[in-house]
Amino acid sequence: MNSSTLIGGHKAGLNTTMRTDKWWIGPLLSLSILTGFLIYATWALIQGDHYWVADTGQGFGGYLSPFFSPVLLVDPSVPGAVPESHAWFGTFPSWWPSFIPASPAVLILMFPAMFRFTCYYYRKTYYRAFTGTPPGCSVGALPQKNYRGETRFLLVQNLHRYALYFAIIFVVILSYDAVQAFFRDGKFGVGVGSIILTLNAIFLACYTFGCHSFRHLIGGSTNKFSCSAARYTAWKGCTKLNEKHMNWAWTSLFWVAGSDVYVRLVSSGVITDYNTWG
Amino acid sequence: MSKRTFRIWRGNAEGGDFQTYEQESSEGMVVLDVIHGIQAEQANDMAVRWNCKAGKCGSCSVEINGKPKLACMTRMNMYAEDEVITVQPMKAFPVIKDLVTDVSWNYEQNKRIKPLQPGKPEADGDYRMAQEDIDRNQEFRKCIECYLCQDVCHILRDHGKTDVFVGPRFMHRLADLAMHPLDTRDRVPEIVEEFGSGYCNITRCCTDVCPEHINITDNAIIPLKERVVDRYYDPIAMLGRKLFGGGKSSENTD
Ligand code: SF4
Ligand code: SF4
Ligand code: FES
Ligand code: FES
Repeated sequence: MNSSTLIGGHKAGLNTTMRTDKWWIGPLLSLSILTGFLIYATWALIQGDHYWVADTGQGFGGYLSPFFSPVLLVDPSVPGAVPESHAWFGTFPSWWPSFIPASPAVLILMFPAMFRFTCYYYRKTYYRAFTGTPPGCSVGALPQKNYRGETRFLLVQNLHRYALYFAIIFVVILSYDAVQAFFRDGKFGVGVGSIILTLNAIFLACYTFGCHSFRHLIGGSTNKFSCSAARYTAWKGCTKLNEKHMNWAWTSLFWVAGSDVYVRLVSSGVITDYNTWG
Repeated sequence: MSKRTFRIWRGNAEGGDFQTYEQESSEGMVVLDVIHGIQAEQANDMAVRWNCKAGKCGSCSVEINGKPKLACMTRMNMYAEDEVITVQPMKAFPVIKDLVTDVSWNYEQNKRIKPLQPGKPEADGDYRMAQEDIDRNQEFRKCIECYLCQDVCHILRDHGKTDVFVGPRFMHRLADLAMHPLDTRDRVPEIVEEFGSGYCNITRCCTDVCPEHINITDNAIIPLKERVVDRYYDPIAMLGRKLFGGGKSSENTD
Protein backbone atom coordinates (compact mmCIF):
# COMPACT_ATOMS: atom_id res chain seq x y z
CA MET A 1 0.00 0.00 0.00
CA ASN A 2 1.75 3.15 -1.08
CA SER A 3 0.53 6.35 0.41
CA SER A 4 1.80 9.75 -0.57
CA THR A 5 0.26 13.13 0.04
CA LEU A 6 -1.08 15.07 -2.91
CA ILE A 7 -2.07 18.68 -3.45
CA GLY A 8 -5.09 19.41 -1.29
CA GLY A 9 -3.77 17.14 1.46
CA HIS A 10 -5.27 14.07 -0.21
CA LYS A 11 -3.68 10.68 -0.14
CA ALA A 12 -2.95 8.25 -2.96
CA GLY A 13 -2.98 4.46 -2.91
CA LEU A 14 -5.32 1.59 -2.14
CA ASN A 15 -7.57 2.07 0.91
CA THR A 16 -6.15 5.52 1.72
CA THR A 17 -8.69 8.06 2.87
CA MET A 18 -9.27 11.06 5.09
CA ARG A 19 -12.58 9.57 6.19
CA THR A 20 -12.86 9.13 9.92
CA ASP A 21 -15.87 6.78 9.98
CA LYS A 22 -15.69 3.00 9.81
CA TRP A 23 -16.15 2.84 6.04
CA TRP A 24 -14.58 -0.63 5.85
CA ILE A 25 -17.39 -2.35 7.77
CA GLY A 26 -19.67 -2.52 4.71
CA PRO A 27 -17.16 -4.09 2.30
CA LEU A 28 -15.85 -6.41 5.03
CA LEU A 29 -19.37 -7.66 5.76
CA SER A 30 -20.09 -8.19 2.06
CA LEU A 31 -16.80 -9.99 1.63
CA SER A 32 -17.47 -12.31 4.57
CA ILE A 33 -21.08 -13.06 3.69
CA LEU A 34 -20.44 -13.68 0.00
CA THR A 35 -17.42 -15.87 0.74
CA GLY A 36 -19.38 -17.78 3.37
CA PHE A 37 -22.26 -18.30 0.95
CA LEU A 38 -19.94 -19.52 -1.81
CA ILE A 39 -18.27 -21.99 0.53
CA TYR A 40 -21.57 -23.31 1.85
CA ALA A 41 -23.18 -23.60 -1.61
CA THR A 42 -20.15 -25.45 -2.97
CA TRP A 43 -20.12 -27.79 0.01
CA ALA A 44 -23.85 -28.51 -0.33
CA LEU A 45 -23.44 -29.08 -4.05
CA ILE A 46 -20.63 -31.59 -3.51
CA GLN A 47 -22.57 -33.40 -0.76
CA GLY A 48 -25.49 -33.88 -3.14
CA ASP A 49 -27.61 -35.55 -0.45
CA HIS A 50 -30.44 -34.79 2.01
CA TYR A 51 -32.16 -32.29 -0.23
CA TRP A 52 -35.61 -33.83 -0.11
CA VAL A 53 -38.18 -34.51 2.59
CA ALA A 54 -41.27 -36.69 2.03
CA ASP A 55 -42.97 -39.53 3.86
CA THR A 56 -42.97 -42.29 1.31
CA GLY A 57 -41.86 -40.21 -1.63
CA GLN A 58 -44.87 -41.41 -3.57
CA GLY A 59 -47.52 -39.03 -4.82
CA PHE A 60 -47.53 -35.27 -5.01
CA GLY A 61 -45.69 -33.22 -2.42
CA GLY A 62 -42.58 -32.92 -0.27
CA TYR A 63 -39.90 -30.38 0.52
CA LEU A 64 -37.20 -29.91 -2.10
CA SER A 65 -34.15 -27.75 -1.34
CA PRO A 66 -33.96 -24.80 -3.77
CA PHE A 67 -30.26 -25.53 -4.43
CA PHE A 68 -31.32 -28.77 -6.12
CA SER A 69 -34.42 -27.68 -7.97
CA PRO A 70 -35.25 -28.62 -10.65
CA VAL A 71 -33.87 -32.15 -10.33
CA LEU A 72 -32.84 -32.95 -13.89
CA LEU A 73 -30.86 -36.12 -13.14
CA VAL A 74 -30.79 -38.06 -9.90
CA ASP A 75 -28.83 -40.72 -8.11
CA PRO A 76 -31.68 -42.24 -6.06
CA SER A 77 -29.31 -44.35 -3.93
CA VAL A 78 -28.04 -41.23 -2.11
CA PRO A 79 -29.68 -40.61 1.30
CA GLY A 80 -32.30 -37.86 1.14
CA ALA A 81 -32.49 -37.89 -2.67
CA VAL A 82 -35.76 -37.62 -4.64
CA PRO A 83 -37.10 -40.87 -6.11
CA GLU A 84 -36.24 -41.48 -9.74
CA SER A 85 -39.78 -40.62 -10.83
CA HIS A 86 -39.27 -37.02 -9.66
CA ALA A 87 -36.23 -36.36 -11.85
CA TRP A 88 -36.96 -34.77 -15.22
CA PHE A 89 -34.57 -37.00 -17.16
CA GLY A 90 -34.08 -40.04 -14.91
CA THR A 91 -30.83 -41.16 -13.31
CA PHE A 92 -27.29 -39.97 -13.92
CA PRO A 93 -25.90 -41.90 -16.91
CA SER A 94 -23.27 -44.58 -16.31
CA TRP A 95 -20.67 -42.57 -18.24
CA TRP A 96 -21.00 -39.58 -15.85
CA PRO A 97 -17.37 -38.59 -15.13
CA SER A 98 -16.34 -39.50 -11.60
CA PHE A 99 -14.61 -36.15 -10.96
CA ILE A 100 -17.90 -34.26 -11.26
CA PRO A 101 -20.17 -34.95 -8.28
CA ALA A 102 -23.35 -36.74 -9.39
CA SER A 103 -25.38 -34.08 -7.62
CA PRO A 104 -28.50 -32.50 -9.17
CA ALA A 105 -27.18 -29.10 -8.05
CA VAL A 106 -24.23 -29.37 -10.45
CA LEU A 107 -26.56 -29.08 -13.40
CA ILE A 108 -28.44 -26.00 -12.30
CA LEU A 109 -26.54 -23.85 -9.80
CA MET A 110 -24.64 -22.01 -12.51
CA PHE A 111 -27.83 -20.26 -13.61
CA PRO A 112 -28.61 -18.50 -10.33
CA ALA A 113 -24.86 -18.00 -9.89
CA MET A 114 -24.65 -16.18 -13.24
CA PHE A 115 -27.72 -14.14 -12.38
CA ARG A 116 -26.24 -12.90 -9.14
CA PHE A 117 -22.76 -12.50 -10.55
CA THR A 118 -23.96 -10.17 -13.31
CA CYS A 119 -26.59 -8.40 -11.13
CA TYR A 120 -26.01 -4.64 -11.06
CA TYR A 121 -26.27 -4.60 -7.30
CA TYR A 122 -23.88 -7.48 -6.65
CA ARG A 123 -21.45 -6.00 -9.15
CA LYS A 124 -21.26 -2.88 -7.02
CA THR A 125 -20.79 -5.03 -3.95
CA TYR A 126 -17.97 -7.18 -5.19
CA TYR A 127 -16.23 -4.39 -7.09
CA ARG A 128 -16.05 -2.65 -3.74
CA ALA A 129 -15.36 -5.62 -1.48
CA PHE A 130 -13.23 -7.90 -3.65
CA THR A 131 -11.49 -5.77 -6.27
CA GLY A 132 -11.14 -2.41 -4.54
CA THR A 133 -12.50 -0.40 -7.46
CA PRO A 134 -13.06 1.51 -5.19
CA PRO A 135 -13.24 -0.08 -1.71
CA GLY A 136 -15.44 2.79 -0.50
CA CYS A 137 -16.46 6.27 -1.54
CA SER A 138 -13.51 8.68 -1.41
CA VAL A 139 -11.35 5.75 -0.37
CA GLY A 140 -8.33 5.10 -2.61
CA ALA A 141 -9.04 2.61 -5.39
CA LEU A 142 -6.64 -0.15 -6.37
CA PRO A 143 -4.10 1.67 -8.56
CA GLN A 144 -4.28 0.46 -12.16
CA LYS A 145 -2.14 1.47 -15.12
CA ASN A 146 -5.13 1.62 -17.37
CA TYR A 147 -8.51 1.35 -15.69
CA ARG A 148 -11.02 -0.08 -18.17
CA GLY A 149 -14.15 -0.46 -16.04
CA GLU A 150 -16.76 -2.55 -17.78
CA THR A 151 -15.37 -2.05 -21.24
CA ARG A 152 -13.06 -4.95 -22.02
CA PHE A 153 -13.49 -8.37 -20.49
CA LEU A 154 -16.20 -7.17 -18.16
CA LEU A 155 -18.34 -6.57 -21.25
CA VAL A 156 -19.72 -9.98 -20.33
CA GLN A 157 -21.81 -8.18 -17.67
CA ASN A 158 -23.94 -6.93 -20.54
CA LEU A 159 -25.46 -10.40 -20.83
CA HIS A 160 -27.24 -9.97 -17.51
CA ARG A 161 -30.66 -10.00 -19.17
CA TYR A 162 -30.05 -13.54 -20.43
CA ALA A 163 -29.34 -14.67 -16.88
CA LEU A 164 -32.59 -12.91 -15.99
CA TYR A 165 -34.56 -15.02 -18.47
CA PHE A 166 -33.31 -18.15 -16.72
CA ALA A 167 -34.00 -16.62 -13.31
CA ILE A 168 -37.64 -16.07 -14.28
CA ILE A 169 -37.90 -19.77 -15.17
CA PHE A 170 -36.46 -20.58 -11.75
CA VAL A 171 -39.04 -18.38 -10.03
CA VAL A 172 -41.75 -20.44 -11.74
CA ILE A 173 -40.12 -23.74 -10.76
CA LEU A 174 -39.52 -22.69 -7.15
CA SER A 175 -43.11 -21.45 -6.88
CA TYR A 176 -44.22 -24.89 -8.00
CA ASP A 177 -41.95 -26.37 -5.32
CA ALA A 178 -43.58 -24.08 -2.77
CA VAL A 179 -47.00 -25.46 -3.74
CA GLN A 180 -45.61 -29.00 -3.44
CA ALA A 181 -44.41 -28.15 0.05
CA PHE A 182 -48.05 -27.98 1.15
CA PHE A 183 -48.65 -31.59 0.18
CA ARG A 184 -47.34 -34.88 1.45
CA ASP A 185 -48.19 -38.08 -0.47
CA GLY A 186 -50.94 -36.12 -2.15
CA LYS A 187 -52.43 -34.91 1.16
CA PHE A 188 -52.70 -31.18 1.88
CA GLY A 189 -51.06 -29.86 5.05
CA VAL A 190 -48.80 -27.16 6.44
CA GLY A 191 -45.38 -27.49 7.98
CA VAL A 192 -42.59 -25.10 8.93
CA GLY A 193 -40.90 -26.20 5.73
CA SER A 194 -43.93 -25.22 3.63
CA ILE A 195 -43.67 -21.69 4.97
CA ILE A 196 -39.92 -21.52 4.52
CA LEU A 197 -40.11 -22.68 0.90
CA THR A 198 -43.01 -20.35 0.14
CA LEU A 199 -41.12 -17.35 1.49
CA ASN A 200 -38.14 -18.50 -0.54
CA ALA A 201 -40.14 -18.29 -3.76
CA ILE A 202 -41.57 -14.90 -2.77
CA PHE A 203 -38.21 -13.38 -1.87
CA LEU A 204 -36.67 -14.70 -5.03
CA ALA A 205 -39.51 -13.26 -7.09
CA CYS A 206 -39.10 -9.86 -5.42
CA TYR A 207 -35.40 -9.95 -6.19
CA THR A 208 -35.91 -11.09 -9.78
CA PHE A 209 -38.73 -8.73 -10.71
CA GLY A 210 -36.89 -5.76 -9.24
CA CYS A 211 -33.94 -6.44 -11.55
CA HIS A 212 -32.62 -3.41 -13.44
CA SER A 213 -32.69 -5.28 -16.74
CA PHE A 214 -36.27 -6.34 -16.10
CA ARG A 215 -37.12 -2.73 -15.31
CA HIS A 216 -35.69 -1.71 -18.66
CA LEU A 217 -37.31 -4.47 -20.67
CA ILE A 218 -40.72 -4.13 -19.06
CA GLY A 219 -41.00 -0.41 -19.70
CA GLY A 220 -37.85 1.64 -19.09
CA SER A 221 -36.72 1.36 -22.70
CA THR A 222 -39.55 3.53 -23.95
CA ASN A 223 -39.68 7.31 -23.97
CA LYS A 224 -43.44 7.30 -24.37
CA PHE A 225 -45.07 5.75 -21.33
CA SER A 226 -48.21 7.63 -22.34
CA CYS A 227 -48.58 5.25 -25.30
CA SER A 228 -49.01 2.17 -23.14
CA ALA A 229 -50.70 2.26 -19.76
CA ALA A 230 -49.85 -1.41 -19.17
CA ARG A 231 -46.12 -0.85 -19.64
CA TYR A 232 -46.21 2.20 -17.43
CA THR A 233 -47.98 0.33 -14.64
CA ALA A 234 -45.57 -2.61 -14.93
CA TRP A 235 -42.59 -0.27 -14.90
CA LYS A 236 -43.85 1.53 -11.82
CA GLY A 237 -44.41 -1.78 -10.02
CA CYS A 238 -40.94 -2.97 -10.95
CA THR A 239 -39.49 0.38 -9.84
CA LYS A 240 -40.99 -0.14 -6.37
CA LEU A 241 -39.14 -3.46 -6.07
CA ASN A 242 -36.06 -2.03 -7.73
CA GLU A 243 -35.74 0.70 -5.11
CA LYS A 244 -35.23 -2.07 -2.54
CA HIS A 245 -33.18 -4.29 -4.83
CA MET A 246 -30.31 -4.45 -2.36
CA ASN A 247 -32.59 -5.64 0.44
CA TRP A 248 -34.16 -8.29 -1.78
CA ALA A 249 -30.72 -9.38 -2.99
CA TRP A 250 -29.56 -10.12 0.56
CA THR A 251 -32.86 -11.43 1.90
CA SER A 252 -33.24 -13.90 -0.95
CA LEU A 253 -29.59 -14.96 -0.64
CA PHE A 254 -29.88 -15.69 3.07
CA TRP A 255 -33.23 -17.36 2.65
CA VAL A 256 -32.20 -19.67 -0.15
CA ALA A 257 -29.21 -20.87 1.88
CA GLY A 258 -31.38 -21.14 4.99
CA SER A 259 -33.95 -23.19 3.06
CA ASP A 260 -31.26 -25.63 2.02
CA VAL A 261 -29.99 -25.87 5.60
CA TYR A 262 -33.53 -26.50 6.86
CA VAL A 263 -34.35 -29.22 4.33
CA ARG A 264 -30.95 -30.81 4.94
CA LEU A 265 -31.43 -30.93 8.71
CA VAL A 266 -34.97 -32.32 8.48
CA SER A 267 -34.01 -34.80 5.78
CA SER A 268 -31.05 -36.11 7.75
CA GLY A 269 -33.13 -36.40 10.92
CA VAL A 270 -31.24 -33.79 12.94
CA ILE A 271 -34.37 -31.73 13.54
CA THR A 272 -38.07 -32.44 13.29
CA ASP A 273 -40.34 -30.48 10.99
CA TYR A 274 -43.45 -29.32 12.83
CA ASN A 275 -46.37 -29.97 10.54
CA THR A 276 -49.97 -31.09 10.27
CA TRP A 277 -49.21 -34.44 8.64
CA GLY A 278 -48.08 -35.88 11.99
CA MET B 1 -20.96 28.61 22.07
CA SER B 2 -18.04 26.20 22.07
CA LYS B 3 -14.55 26.20 20.61
CA ARG B 4 -14.09 23.73 17.78
CA THR B 5 -10.86 22.60 16.15
CA PHE B 6 -10.60 22.87 12.37
CA ARG B 7 -7.80 21.62 10.14
CA ILE B 8 -8.04 23.42 6.83
CA TRP B 9 -5.81 22.79 3.86
CA ARG B 10 -4.11 26.02 2.80
CA GLY B 11 -2.07 26.29 -0.36
CA ASN B 12 -2.18 26.37 -4.15
CA ALA B 13 -1.25 24.23 -7.15
CA GLU B 14 2.41 24.35 -6.10
CA GLY B 15 1.89 22.92 -2.63
CA GLY B 16 0.44 23.58 0.79
CA ASP B 17 -0.39 22.13 4.14
CA PHE B 18 -3.03 21.80 6.83
CA GLN B 19 -3.39 24.72 9.26
CA THR B 20 -5.14 24.29 12.57
CA TYR B 21 -7.67 26.84 13.82
CA GLU B 22 -9.71 27.03 17.00
CA GLN B 23 -12.99 28.80 16.34
CA GLU B 24 -16.24 29.46 18.18
CA SER B 25 -19.27 27.60 16.92
CA SER B 26 -22.78 28.14 18.20
CA GLU B 27 -25.96 26.14 17.91
CA GLY B 28 -27.42 25.73 14.45
CA MET B 29 -24.18 26.57 12.64
CA VAL B 30 -23.00 24.79 9.53
CA VAL B 31 -19.39 24.12 8.58
CA LEU B 32 -19.38 27.07 6.19
CA ASP B 33 -20.35 29.43 9.04
CA VAL B 34 -17.33 28.35 11.04
CA ILE B 35 -15.06 28.68 8.01
CA HIS B 36 -16.41 32.21 7.54
CA GLY B 37 -15.67 32.89 11.21
CA ILE B 38 -12.08 31.73 10.73
CA GLN B 39 -11.82 33.82 7.58
CA ALA B 40 -13.12 36.92 9.35
CA GLU B 41 -11.14 36.60 12.56
CA GLN B 42 -8.02 34.57 11.88
CA ALA B 43 -7.23 34.10 8.20
CA ASN B 44 -8.47 36.95 5.98
CA ASP B 45 -6.66 35.57 2.97
CA MET B 46 -8.29 32.14 3.08
CA ALA B 47 -10.11 31.29 -0.15
CA VAL B 48 -13.48 29.56 0.00
CA ARG B 49 -16.17 29.58 -2.69
CA TRP B 50 -19.80 30.03 -1.71
CA ASN B 51 -22.84 31.92 -2.80
CA CYS B 52 -26.31 30.95 -1.62
CA LYS B 53 -25.74 29.27 1.75
CA ALA B 54 -28.90 27.32 1.02
CA GLY B 55 -27.63 24.25 -0.82
CA LYS B 56 -28.84 25.54 -4.14
CA CYS B 57 -25.94 27.15 -5.99
CA GLY B 58 -23.49 24.24 -5.75
CA SER B 59 -20.48 26.51 -5.07
CA CYS B 60 -19.30 25.39 -1.65
CA SER B 61 -18.27 21.81 -2.48
CA VAL B 62 -15.36 20.65 -0.33
CA GLU B 63 -14.32 17.49 1.48
CA ILE B 64 -15.13 17.38 5.17
CA ASN B 65 -13.51 14.63 7.19
CA GLY B 66 -12.82 12.89 3.91
CA LYS B 67 -16.35 13.07 2.52
CA PRO B 68 -17.36 15.23 -0.44
CA LYS B 69 -20.01 17.62 0.91
CA LEU B 70 -21.59 21.05 0.59
CA ALA B 71 -20.07 23.14 3.41
CA CYS B 72 -23.29 25.14 3.74
CA MET B 73 -25.45 22.05 4.26
CA THR B 74 -23.19 20.22 6.70
CA ARG B 75 -24.36 20.92 10.21
CA MET B 76 -21.82 21.21 13.00
CA ASN B 77 -23.91 19.00 15.26
CA MET B 78 -23.09 16.05 12.99
CA TYR B 79 -19.68 16.03 14.64
CA ALA B 80 -18.77 15.32 18.25
CA GLU B 81 -17.77 18.37 20.31
CA ASP B 82 -14.17 17.21 20.57
CA GLU B 83 -13.89 15.96 17.00
CA VAL B 84 -11.29 17.66 14.80
CA ILE B 85 -12.94 18.75 11.56
CA THR B 86 -10.70 18.48 8.53
CA VAL B 87 -11.64 20.49 5.43
CA GLN B 88 -9.98 20.02 2.05
CA PRO B 89 -10.57 21.15 -1.52
CA MET B 90 -12.11 18.55 -3.87
CA LYS B 91 -9.58 15.96 -4.97
CA ALA B 92 -10.66 15.46 -8.57
CA PHE B 93 -10.06 19.04 -9.73
CA PRO B 94 -6.97 21.26 -9.77
CA VAL B 95 -6.59 23.51 -6.74
CA ILE B 96 -6.62 27.25 -7.38
CA LYS B 97 -6.18 28.38 -3.79
CA ASP B 98 -7.01 26.81 -0.43
CA LEU B 99 -10.52 25.32 -0.66
CA VAL B 100 -11.23 26.60 -4.16
CA THR B 101 -10.78 24.28 -7.14
CA ASP B 102 -10.97 24.87 -10.87
CA VAL B 103 -14.05 22.98 -12.06
CA SER B 104 -13.97 24.31 -15.63
CA TRP B 105 -13.32 20.81 -17.04
CA ASN B 106 -16.96 20.13 -16.27
CA TYR B 107 -18.13 23.07 -18.36
CA GLU B 108 -16.11 21.73 -21.27
CA GLN B 109 -17.83 18.36 -20.96
CA ASN B 110 -21.22 19.99 -20.90
CA LYS B 111 -20.48 21.75 -24.20
CA ARG B 112 -19.74 18.43 -25.87
CA ILE B 113 -23.30 17.24 -25.32
CA LYS B 114 -25.61 18.08 -28.20
CA PRO B 115 -28.70 20.02 -27.09
CA LEU B 116 -32.26 18.73 -27.27
CA GLN B 117 -33.50 18.44 -30.83
CA PRO B 118 -37.27 18.31 -30.99
CA GLY B 119 -39.12 17.08 -34.08
CA LYS B 120 -41.97 18.90 -35.77
CA PRO B 121 -44.35 20.77 -33.45
CA GLU B 122 -48.05 19.95 -33.39
CA ALA B 123 -50.45 21.68 -35.82
CA ASP B 124 -50.91 24.66 -33.50
CA GLY B 125 -47.17 25.17 -33.30
CA ASP B 126 -46.87 23.84 -29.75
CA TYR B 127 -45.04 20.91 -28.25
CA ARG B 128 -46.88 18.79 -25.70
CA MET B 129 -45.60 16.15 -23.33
CA ALA B 130 -47.49 13.86 -21.00
CA GLN B 131 -46.48 14.18 -17.36
CA GLU B 132 -45.68 10.47 -17.06
CA ASP B 133 -43.24 10.80 -19.96
CA ILE B 134 -41.29 13.54 -18.27
CA ASP B 135 -41.35 12.44 -14.61
CA ARG B 136 -38.02 10.63 -14.93
CA ASN B 137 -36.36 13.68 -16.47
CA GLN B 138 -37.50 15.97 -13.71
CA GLU B 139 -35.42 14.10 -11.18
CA PHE B 140 -32.29 15.00 -13.16
CA ARG B 141 -33.29 18.65 -13.35
CA LYS B 142 -32.78 18.99 -9.61
CA CYS B 143 -29.02 19.02 -10.23
CA ILE B 144 -27.29 22.08 -8.74
CA GLU B 145 -23.97 21.34 -10.49
CA CYS B 146 -21.97 21.09 -7.31
CA TYR B 147 -19.82 18.40 -8.98
CA LEU B 148 -19.50 16.41 -5.78
CA CYS B 149 -20.48 13.35 -7.81
CA GLN B 150 -17.69 14.07 -10.29
CA ASP B 151 -15.27 14.51 -7.38
CA VAL B 152 -16.13 11.19 -5.73
CA CYS B 153 -16.25 9.11 -8.92
CA HIS B 154 -13.17 6.92 -8.73
CA ILE B 155 -12.79 6.96 -12.51
CA LEU B 156 -12.00 10.67 -12.39
CA ARG B 157 -10.76 10.90 -8.81
CA ASP B 158 -8.34 7.97 -8.65
CA HIS B 159 -7.83 6.87 -12.23
CA GLY B 160 -7.83 10.34 -13.78
CA LYS B 161 -9.71 9.12 -16.86
CA THR B 162 -10.95 12.57 -17.82
CA ASP B 163 -10.20 11.83 -21.47
CA VAL B 164 -12.58 8.87 -21.80
CA PHE B 165 -15.30 9.29 -19.18
CA VAL B 166 -17.54 12.31 -18.85
CA GLY B 167 -18.57 11.61 -15.24
CA PRO B 168 -21.87 10.96 -13.48
CA ARG B 169 -23.20 14.52 -13.67
CA PHE B 170 -23.11 14.36 -17.46
CA MET B 171 -24.22 10.74 -17.62
CA HIS B 172 -27.48 11.92 -16.10
CA ARG B 173 -27.67 14.87 -18.46
CA LEU B 174 -27.30 12.37 -21.31
CA ALA B 175 -29.95 10.14 -19.73
CA ASP B 176 -32.24 13.15 -19.46
CA LEU B 177 -31.86 13.80 -23.19
CA ALA B 178 -31.94 10.14 -24.23
CA MET B 179 -35.21 9.58 -22.33
CA HIS B 180 -36.76 12.85 -23.37
CA PRO B 181 -40.08 12.35 -25.15
CA LEU B 182 -39.34 15.16 -27.63
CA ASP B 183 -35.69 14.55 -28.44
CA THR B 184 -35.09 13.04 -31.86
CA ARG B 185 -31.34 12.46 -31.78
CA ASP B 186 -29.92 8.96 -31.63
CA ARG B 187 -27.60 9.32 -28.66
CA VAL B 188 -26.69 5.71 -27.96
CA PRO B 189 -23.50 5.49 -30.07
CA GLU B 190 -21.92 8.59 -28.54
CA ILE B 191 -22.95 7.58 -25.03
CA VAL B 192 -20.66 4.57 -25.39
CA GLU B 193 -17.96 5.86 -27.67
CA GLU B 194 -17.51 9.49 -26.71
CA PHE B 195 -18.85 9.71 -23.19
CA GLY B 196 -17.64 6.34 -21.94
CA SER B 197 -20.67 4.72 -20.27
CA GLY B 198 -18.76 1.41 -20.12
CA TYR B 199 -16.18 2.89 -17.74
CA CYS B 200 -18.70 3.29 -14.96
CA ASN B 201 -18.74 0.17 -12.81
CA ILE B 202 -21.93 1.23 -11.02
CA THR B 203 -20.29 1.41 -7.60
CA ARG B 204 -22.75 4.18 -6.69
CA CYS B 205 -20.56 6.71 -4.91
CA CYS B 206 -22.01 9.48 -7.07
CA THR B 207 -25.50 8.59 -5.84
CA ASP B 208 -24.26 8.40 -2.24
CA VAL B 209 -22.87 11.94 -2.20
CA CYS B 210 -25.45 13.80 -4.29
CA PRO B 211 -26.93 16.54 -2.07
CA GLU B 212 -30.05 16.60 -4.25
CA HIS B 213 -30.53 12.86 -3.77
CA ILE B 214 -30.61 12.22 -7.48
CA ASN B 215 -30.46 8.47 -7.98
CA ILE B 216 -27.79 8.82 -10.65
CA THR B 217 -26.72 5.19 -10.81
CA ASP B 218 -30.11 3.47 -10.80
CA ASN B 219 -32.15 5.99 -12.72
CA ALA B 220 -29.64 7.37 -15.21
CA ILE B 221 -26.54 5.27 -15.71
CA ILE B 222 -28.02 1.76 -15.51
CA PRO B 223 -30.91 2.65 -17.85
CA LEU B 224 -28.33 4.06 -20.29
CA LYS B 225 -26.26 0.90 -20.01
CA GLU B 226 -29.38 -1.13 -20.76
CA ARG B 227 -30.06 0.95 -23.88
CA VAL B 228 -26.48 0.32 -24.94
CA VAL B 229 -27.04 -3.43 -24.45
CA ASP B 230 -30.14 -3.26 -26.67
CA ARG B 231 -28.06 -1.71 -29.41
CA TYR B 232 -24.74 -3.54 -29.21
CA TYR B 233 -24.72 -6.59 -26.95
CA ASP B 234 -28.08 -8.32 -27.06
CA PRO B 235 -27.89 -10.79 -29.96
CA ILE B 236 -31.64 -11.45 -29.99
CA ALA B 237 -32.58 -7.75 -29.98
CA MET B 238 -30.02 -7.14 -32.71
CA LEU B 239 -31.35 -9.99 -34.83
CA GLY B 240 -34.90 -8.76 -34.26
CA ARG B 241 -33.93 -5.34 -35.55
CA LYS B 242 -32.26 -6.87 -38.61
CA LEU B 243 -35.32 -8.98 -39.43
CA PHE B 244 -38.12 -6.62 -38.53
CA GLY B 245 -36.37 -3.25 -38.59
CA GLY B 246 -36.73 -0.56 -35.88
CA GLY B 247 -37.99 -2.82 -33.17
CA LYS B 248 -37.26 -1.62 -29.69
CA SER B 249 -38.41 1.79 -28.72
CA SER B 250 -35.23 2.92 -26.98
CA GLU B 251 -35.26 5.95 -29.18
CA ASN B 252 -38.01 8.27 -30.19
CA THR B 253 -39.50 7.19 -33.43
CA ASP B 254 -41.21 10.35 -34.55
S1 SF4 C 1 -21.51 4.72 -10.17
FE1 SF4 C 1 -20.23 5.07 -11.96
S2 SF4 C 1 -20.32 7.27 -12.31
FE2 SF4 C 1 -21.07 6.92 -10.23
S3 SF4 C 1 -19.26 7.18 -8.96
FE3 SF4 C 1 -19.41 4.99 -9.42
S4 SF4 C 1 -18.16 4.68 -11.26
FE4 SF4 C 1 -18.52 6.89 -11.06
S1 SF4 D 1 -25.86 15.21 -9.74
FE1 SF4 D 1 -25.95 15.74 -7.57
S2 SF4 D 1 -23.80 15.63 -6.94
FE2 SF4 D 1 -23.78 15.70 -9.15
S3 SF4 D 1 -23.53 17.83 -9.68
FE3 SF4 D 1 -25.74 17.42 -9.66
S4 SF4 D 1 -26.41 17.92 -7.60
FE4 SF4 D 1 -24.17 17.76 -7.52
S1 FES E 1 -29.88 -5.99 -11.45
FE1 FES E 1 -29.84 -7.28 -9.75
S2 FES E 1 -30.81 -9.00 -10.58
FE2 FES E 1 -30.73 -7.73 -12.32
S1 FES F 1 -23.24 28.06 -0.86
FE1 FES F 1 -24.66 27.52 -2.39
S2 FES F 1 -24.70 25.40 -2.21
FE2 FES F 1 -23.46 25.95 -0.54
